[in-house]
Amino acid sequence: MSGHVSPKSVYYSIFGALMVFTGITVAAAFVNLGALNFPVALAIAIIKATLVVLFFMHVKYSSRLTKLVVATSLFFLLILLAETFMDYATRGMAPPLPMLQ
Amino acid sequence: MSNAVAHADVHGGAHGHAAHHPKLQHHFETMEQQKEASTLGMWVFLLTEVLFFGGLFFAYMLYRIWYFDAFAEASRSLGIGLGAFNTAVLIGSSLTMALAVRAAQTSERKATVTWLILTIVLGCVFLGVKVVEYADKFEHHHVPGAHYIWAAEHAPGEGSAGAAASEAEHAAPAGGDLQRLTQIFFSLYFTMTGLHALHMIVGVGIMGVITWMAYKGRFDSSYYTPVEMAGLYWHFVDLVWIFLFPLLYLVERHT
Amino acid sequence: MLDTLKLPERHYLNNGHGLKSWLLTKDHKRIAIMYLISISVMFLLGGLFAGGVRLELMTPQGDLFLADTYNKYFTMHGVVMVFFFLIPSTPAVLGNFLIPPMIGAKDLAFPRINLLSLYIYWLGAAFFFYALFSGGVDTGWTFYTPFSSFASNTNVIPTALGAFISGFSSILTGLNFIVTIHRMRAPGLTWFRLPLFVWAHYATSLIQVLGTPVVAITIIMVFVERAFGFGIFDPSRGGDPVLFQHLFWFYSHPAVYIMILPALGVMSELVSTFSRKTIFGYSFVAFSSLAIAVFGFIVWAHHMFVAGISTYSALVFSFLSFSVAIPSAVKVFNWSATLYKGSISFETPMLYAYGFFGLFLIGGLTGLFLATLGTDIHLHDTYFVVAHFHYIMVGGAIMGYLGGLHFWWPKLVGRMYSEFASRISAILVFVGFNLTFFPQFVLGYMGMPRRYHAYPDEFQVLNVMSSAGAGVLGIGYMLPVIYFLWSLKRGEVAGPNPWGASGLEWQTQSPPLTENFTEQPVVHGEPYEYTPHVAREANLV
Repeated sequence: MSGHVSPKSVYYSIFGALMVFTGITVAAAFVNLGALNFPVALAIAIIKATLVVLFFMHVKYSSRLTKLVVATSLFFLLILLAETFMDYATRGMAPPLPMLQ
Repeated sequence: MSNAVAHADVHGGAHGHAAHHPKLQHHFETMEQQKEASTLGMWVFLLTEVLFFGGLFFAYMLYRIWYFDAFAEASRSLGIGLGAFNTAVLIGSSLTMALAVRAAQTSERKATVTWLILTIVLGCVFLGVKVVEYADKFEHHHVPGAHYIWAAEHAPGEGSAGAAASEAEHAAPAGGDLQRLTQIFFSLYFTMTGLHALHMIVGVGIMGVITWMAYKGRFDSSYYTPVEMAGLYWHFVDLVWIFLFPLLYLVERHT
Repeated sequence: MLDTLKLPERHYLNNGHGLKSWLLTKDHKRIAIMYLISISVMFLLGGLFAGGVRLELMTPQGDLFLADTYNKYFTMHGVVMVFFFLIPSTPAVLGNFLIPPMIGAKDLAFPRINLLSLYIYWLGAAFFFYALFSGGVDTGWTFYTPFSSFASNTNVIPTALGAFISGFSSILTGLNFIVTIHRMRAPGLTWFRLPLFVWAHYATSLIQVLGTPVVAITIIMVFVERAFGFGIFDPSRGGDPVLFQHLFWFYSHPAVYIMILPALGVMSELVSTFSRKTIFGYSFVAFSSLAIAVFGFIVWAHHMFVAGISTYSALVFSFLSFSVAIPSAVKVFNWSATLYKGSISFETPMLYAYGFFGLFLIGGLTGLFLATLGTDIHLHDTYFVVAHFHYIMVGGAIMGYLGGLHFWWPKLVGRMYSEFASRISAILVFVGFNLTFFPQFVLGYMGMPRRYHAYPDEFQVLNVMSSAGAGVLGIGYMLPVIYFLWSLKRGEVAGPNPWGASGLEWQTQSPPLTENFTEQPVVHGEPYEYTPHVAREANLV
């Protein structure tokens, strides 16, 4: 009945990795990477989040259903972000609809 | 379904409580089923939280693209030291939380309580730092609303450009009225970190209850679900901050 | 044999007396009954607001109310009907009551959260009543900014908070259903042996947990803008009002599927029961519920075609909006195929089903006119839209709810209602509904805008027809209150399975025991098996 018990070393290693990545993201902010600054920061955040989800929240050792719930939340979040952004990103690219000119 | 046969009296004869775990709720058949239900329930709840914060993240994304310069300026006024410190504190609290769950899984009562208390302490440190940061914002009149002032030392406000930038439908108005546009940053800053802090306060409350239960010896390797569920919630709050920190504090620090 | 049927001695209604045993109950059935009473009260309130609207619209001039007052009437009609009636309706009443017995469980996964969900609903309603007694709201139920967040001088915040709070009731119900359906099915009850009612509620619950949080955060943003002067949607502070609309409709479009999916689930049950036939294309119908839930999330901006979104995104949303019609059509085709060569009959629940098919069809098809970008430019914000969504919400969702209520009423209370009275009521509802809302299609096509308290003279005839229809509809809705209450004491005792239906819920006594089953059922057969054996048991042969 009990779930997977991770060894303490796993938790300490993940913590260490998270600290390192935090340091990297702070340092990277002081370097001028132009348009890449934002994607880099986002990518590091995603890596950190993945580590927390997989190891601290045990998703790596969880049932398929749990993994499906996680994936579903991300999928619909993506729909919200992407489809809304699709509107703003394409403004002005085509003539406005008739009666709105 | 018309062939359904009523069978399988799981409890067998007289309904004796000695037959099952004291923590088994009566609408469940086994502890396993109960644990699986709790786990799924908590994960579905966290799914709702993802979508909840998601709307805010989109609003942030849009205005950051439209008003990048104002966002960069406003972001630079946030204390990166405190922000980074708080990030470390919160990640540390996730570590202590994970260790607390582990201790409960291995029936180590004292260790469970210790790690839980550490988690609470770190959570309170985080909240304390936030109080300091918010107080600083109040002092500098960076709270949006009637008393908002974007001080001249940050950048001269371009008053006349404000009118041109007011049509929200144009992509990326350049420059613009810093007084107005940095206020949007702070509106999002306070809403996002405020909601996050609210979740943390609730989390600390939950941790208090769980710590008390652990102290009373309610958990062991056969039943530690509440600790695990509280842990999932706590880690989620950490996750939100993992994104909030770079998005709010690290917009453009290299100038 | 029928005359000697007696109510069972022990059941959930007499298991514990007094207010405390109800208000602190963990029994999903008692919670369902409390929801039934609550949403009926809110439905009456929403109906009164509608009455005000239709009264004003009997004459072309705005002579009954001031324009601002009229705005409050249609706003509060919408807020009550959407948040406090339609969203809970079938799930909170029928879903709550029936899902555990349908899957062979003793209760939902989280009984106390179920009770909490009811309390939260009451709290949300209290906020709404506060807003109502403080003078109402006039922003439209859609709360568009910056009017709602900035300019309106009515009680936006309490109303918005009421909606926000009631949203959590919805989320918790959905969460409970998802966990219950995943984890508490009886042995042998695989996913593809579930009643389609359960599939429909599973899909509905997915929408509830995924969509409602987004409107929750949107309301919070409106709240902070209005209460603290934060600038998020107000253009004079650099905000974008269209952003509000995106975030609002991301929930509010899937919300309409929350309202219709449960009714579609009811329909599957009614169609198979009253044609004495296995549902045609079970897996297609099951998957179509999931498809509606998923597709419903990607089409929201068809409410925003004229709001200033980009032409390209309008095209994409228009195209995608056609896709969501497909799974609905799949259901209608499968029901038709079920009826074909079935042994059909005309009991009241089935009358509601027949009405549903026609009205849902019209509602759905007129939705396509609105999904079409070109025609929507002309029809948006006209009465065509009002008619379309009332065909779905009232002709569809409410008829589904009433059909389900009439079907499962004997299970809920152990007694039958007067079939004669209920048929009269169903016919009045159908006639009244069409008289109210069909003219509105014509009005919209002719150009009458919605949310206006006055209109050009040439629209009067159709408006009077519509208002007359509303009167008939109102009478049709009041009759069930009378004969349902009458049935509680005088109705014929129903027995476990008065309709000869399939489903685990019909294998237990009516009303059910608190724990639903004395022994856990084990399922061997497929759903919707109609055999002579079952019919004999129900004294139908």
